[in-house]
Amino acid sequence: MAEAAGAAPGAAVGAAPGAAVGAAPGAAVGAAPGAAVGLGARLRPYRVVLAARARSQTSYRANFALDLVSSMLAAVVELGEIWVLFRSVTHLGGLEFHQILLVFGLADLAFSLADVAFGHCDELAVYLRAGTLDVFYLRPQPLLAQLVTGDITLRRLARAAAGLVVLAAGLALNDIPWGVTSVGLLALALASGIAMFAALFVWAAGAQFFLVDGAEMTNAFVYGGRYAATQPASVWSRPLKALFGFAVPMAFCGFLPTLRLLGRPGPDWFPTWLGWCGPLAALWAWGMALAFWRWGVRHYQGGGG
Amino acid sequence: MVAAGLAAEVSARASARATARVYWRLLRAGFRRQSTYRLAAAGGFVANATFGLLKVAVLFATVRAAGGELAGYDVGRMNTYIWISQGMLGSINYTGKTEIAVRVKDGSIAVDFLRPLDVQAAEITTEVGRALFALIPRGIPTVLIGVIIGMTAPNSPAAYPLGALSLLLGIVLSAATVYLVGVCGFWLVENRGVQICYMVVSGFLAGLFVPIPLFPSYLRIAAYATPFPSMMMFPVDVLSGRADLAGSLGRLAVQLAWLVAVGAIGQAMTRAGRRQLEVQGG
Repeated sequence: MAEAAGAAPGAAVGAAPGAAVGAAPGAAVGAAPGAAVGLGARLRPYRVVLAARARSQTSYRANFALDLVSSMLAAVVELGEIWVLFRSVTHLGGLEFHQILLVFGLADLAFSLADVAFGHCDELAVYLRAGTLDVFYLRPQPLLAQLVTGDITLRRLARAAAGLVVLAAGLALNDIPWGVTSVGLLALALASGIAMFAALFVWAAGAQFFLVDGAEMTNAFVYGGRYAATQPASVWSRPLKALFGFAVPMAFCGFLPTLRLLGRPGPDWFPTWLGWCGPLAALWAWGMALAFWRWGVRHYQGGGG
Repeated sequence: MVAAGLAAEVSARASARATARVYWRLLRAGFRRQSTYRLAAAGGFVANATFGLLKVAVLFATVRAAGGELAGYDVGRMNTYIWISQGMLGSINYTGKTEIAVRVKDGSIAVDFLRPLDVQAAEITTEVGRALFALIPRGIPTVLIGVIIGMTAPNSPAAYPLGALSLLLGIVLSAATVYLVGVCGFWLVENRGVQICYMVVSGFLAGLFVPIPLFPSYLRIAAYATPFPSMMMFPVDVLSGRADLAGSLGRLAVQLAWLVAVGAIGQAMTRAGRRQLEVQGG
């Protein structure tokens, strides 16, 4: 206010009062409740933005309906790819089709839920190229939090529903010893699967600061990772086991928990007890993700605009 | 009278030549434009190779579990299929995303209509230019991985020229089909639903993840009722020598027929869309 007044004398007389009137109530309203309310008030902008995004997606009705249908179809087609193979063989990587349903259901459900919230990180490359990322720096919220809440894609919930149906079918068709351990294992596997895929999105976003238009390189691991997570890891060659078993720990999303759940012996490098180690894999994935993210953010020097 | 007819013919021929030159330039521009994105090309190659290795794992395991041979595929032939199809990944559009869709949505298509060029032909030509460039950094190295692992070569040398022709037809057909997705925007404004639908079905029906001969018969028939096998499965069949001479010529004919049909639909949609177009804002 003082600055505005100071700058005003040279300018038209009308400008200074206008600025003063506009600024004063805004500042007063913003400051007082902000200090008193805390968390609820701080989350409010995110809530409002997300609600607006959700509304905007449903406004083109024909498009939104088609969006939902095709998202569900995506899961059906991906399962279809595996099912087609099982028409010719009874076992693949030591698992039968109804056992693969568990691997697929766990991995696909985890991926789609992570995708609802974190899938928007894919857009970072677009913001970087267009120079619009700089706008994010002007807002008083953490960059990653803005990016994650920048969009929520409702259609991906349709895909999650398809994943849930497959998982439920897998649970019904297999002979699973129900108890606290099996329920705990499932919950643990699902939670760490979601965390791992979310970490993968963040990792890929961090790498975009260096790659800019090399998004396909990270897609190889994010979407290749999803493809890998739905496969029986026992068919992999050693380089793939190293890559998608441990470096990008996709085997921990579906395959290893399924082995543990069914009490089946694991292949080379994948002992059955690893099925309990999802949280460790998720920690490793998030460590990588945050390291890449910090490294990328520090490397970024602005869009020059 | 005769002189006037001759002059008209000469000028028609000259304008045909000028048109051909414009499209040749568009093709080269598309090619050159793609060549500036080096890192993107490298990224594409990493994606081709990673997905390729995953396909090798699961499809080899299937062939072995089926006793070493499945629908005419042994391990060597499966390998040929995998790496040729992976090599085409950068040249066939499986995402349904196009520039024309963006231009329809934001209204800049109105400017394209003012140009003395056919909007459809210009867009397809540019896309084909980019797709052809992608064969160099993404296609060739990917196929080399397959050669190292051990591909089965075709029996007849005729497979190579026929395969090249089939590949070119597949690339043009892909650009022409994905153009239809883009111009749906004239009616829908937001065409993401159609685009995602295209993304979901095109790869599967083209035989990207599982070769079409492995499909159950009804799915195979459904796939053959779409242009998608003509984009990828047929070029792979011809190039790998899975199809004999008659089979190759038959596949080329089907590809050509689809190209004519899709091109005609695109032309009709462009004309109808031009009347439909409503540019918002000012």
